[in-house]
Amino acid sequence: MKLAYWPGCVSRGFTSELHGSMALVAERLGIELVELDRANCCGAGVIAEHNQELADTLNARTFALAQETGLAMMNICSTCQGAQSECQQRLDADSSYRAHINEVLSGQGLAYEKGKDGFTNKNFLWVLVEDYGLDQLAAKVQRPLSGLRVGPFYGCYVVRPKERLGYDEFPERDLYLEKVIEALGGEVVEYDGARKCCGFPVITMNRETSLRQSGTHVGDAIDAGADCLVTPCPLCHLNLDMQQPEAAKVVNRDLGLAVLHLPQLVGLALGYEPKQLGMSKHIASTGLVEERLAGVPA
Amino acid sequence: MAEYTLKVRRYQPESGEGPYWEEFQVDLDPSLSVLDGILQAKDRDDGSLAVRCSCRAAICGSCGMKVNGSSTLGCKTMLGEAHEAANRRREADAAPPRGSDEQPPPGSANGSAANPIVVEPMGNMPVIKDLITDMESTHWEKIRRVTPWLLPHGNPPEREYVVEPESMIDITQSMACIQCGACVSSCLSMEADPGFIGPAALAKAYRFVGDPRDAETKERLHDLAHDPHGIYDCTHCFSCIDACPKGVAPMDQIMRLRRKAGEEGIEDPNNGHNHEAAFIKIIEKKGTLDEALLLQESYAPGVKGKLKPTKSAIKGLLGSIPTVIRAFKTGKARSLSKLIPGVHPKLPDGAQDEVKAIYAHAEEHREEFNLYIKGEEDVEPEPDEREVETA
Repeated sequence: MKLAYWPGCVSRGFTSELHGSMALVAERLGIELVELDRANCCGAGVIAEHNQELADTLNARTFALAQETGLAMMNICSTCQGAQSECQQRLDADSSYRAHINEVLSGQGLAYEKGKDGFTNKNFLWVLVEDYGLDQLAAKVQRPLSGLRVGPFYGCYVVRPKERLGYDEFPERDLYLEKVIEALGGEVVEYDGARKCCGFPVITMNRETSLRQSGTHVGDAIDAGADCLVTPCPLCHLNLDMQQPEAAKVVNRDLGLAVLHLPQLVGLALGYEPKQLGMSKHIASTGLVEERLAGVPA
Repeated sequence: MAEYTLKVRRYQPESGEGPYWEEFQVDLDPSLSVLDGILQAKDRDDGSLAVRCSCRAAICGSCGMKVNGSSTLGCKTMLGEAHEAANRRREADAAPPRGSDEQPPPGSANGSAANPIVVEPMGNMPVIKDLITDMESTHWEKIRRVTPWLLPHGNPPEREYVVEPESMIDITQSMACIQCGACVSSCLSMEADPGFIGPAALAKAYRFVGDPRDAETKERLHDLAHDPHGIYDCTHCFSCIDACPKGVAPMDQIMRLRRKAGEEGIEDPNNGHNHEAAFIKIIEKKGTLDEALLLQESYAPGVKGKLKPTKSAIKGLLGSIPTVIRAFKTGKARSLSKLIPGVHPKLPDGAQDEVKAIYAHAEEHREEFNLYIKGEEDVEPEPDEREVETA
């Protein structure tokens, strides 16, 4: 399997362990990634909020760069998925609007073509389940995550709005994390916050609201017996992990729950060591996860 | 006809007891609604089961409720689809709704054991009885908060106002609201901050901000941008978009309010405008996000040149220091580009110039493509429609 790969900004910034672990995991899964190193930020909804045409043109440029490779596109960030899907929905809806946007790109020798070579842009989570296959994933597992209790945390941008995100065709996309956890041999922990908002988008605007959201979800997962959370979104990771000590103050309770990036969880099952996957960089200790897996030989 | 189990969250204040779950068996066609099911249970099993409803056709907006955890109208959700949603993950069993202490027991539908359809009153609102909520403090009070009437120039004209039809198109989406409260029920910002003005009221606010007859546009925007529970308190979770039975997409209306506030140059104490302006400037210069610069510029724009951060901005910047120190300690933020604003690299090999060219073009072009109004083209006709066409 060969894919055009958009890592996004945050996976190369504050969560560089995500980009690193994705590279390792892709290698062991036999997925070849062609990185789109000339592509730009998706705008995270912020640019669209300011000037929709600007956001649509910037993302059309990324899609056009991906289409140049002739490959399907993969991202590793729920927020990229949501922001890019929003622009793609508008671009795909109307040929004259698409032509209008492509006029700007034509100066750069680029064009976005609807459905070219069956073009898709999917988060790693969707690729794993829909294209790679859970059976094939399970067959690659070298260290089953047995005994590890994992709470899924999706990130809003891959679960809503359903109509935009392909749920008509793939109605179980909001159950994929559970399926992956099970395929890796782990145990799914059900708790209230799995499909709720981490609060990241308002961290600089209403810190209290933001941290109450992340603190509540982490607390609920702890109460439900989770050893860790797993998320396909690095922005959720920032609010759930990096801000966790601050969130604990807002919700006024002890927290301390590891939050893994999806490729890290997959990587552990594929036999990589926590340190190789950058887990030592996390703010919330991953010690409990390592302890649970210590008894399982890689 | 099929049999369905409705598991209803009940609350009877006069009993002095807390809320409890009760199951009802109903026997109806899958194409009939969850509300029809509730009314059959009320008719056949328990007349005290309380629900608010009127038109049964998604027009009056009375029967807002949660079905399988999703906020919606009871009359617009078909029993068949609700049953399917409840059983999408049969083998592992979906999480019980908040407040329930047991797994949903197997009920029966279509002759086989199945998860029941879970019906609850709307969220983010006090419950009066069973499925009836008190919408006064959480919905109507907030609607009144945004001055939901026209504030026109001078005295009204002798006859009707005359406006270009095109100038009203932009607000037709927000005008479609039927005040059912499903978006308020689903709002994840309001769950964390009950003071948030919320999706319904802010969508209503846009209905007047976007109205060419209204003369208080800037005042309205200033008010909603300055309120700590206003337009910058929306956490962008899309819940209201999925919940709305009329396609109002309240979150999109909130983003339009933010866009208009930006266009009016309204500075706010919530760092909303600064954050947006900083983000956009950084992508123009660097192509990808310089997180260190975003943090600095969101709170204290132009710190290198003319320093004029507000008190709340300084507090915000100082408040983020412990997080940065922790990130430094673990190695998460130990590179120069993560610590020093502006060190982050540009895109390689002329790619940054391409991004800049897009920005330059966008300064003159701000087309807003509204799918609600324009709809999708290029839709292949359904096979049966095609046959009719060729016949």
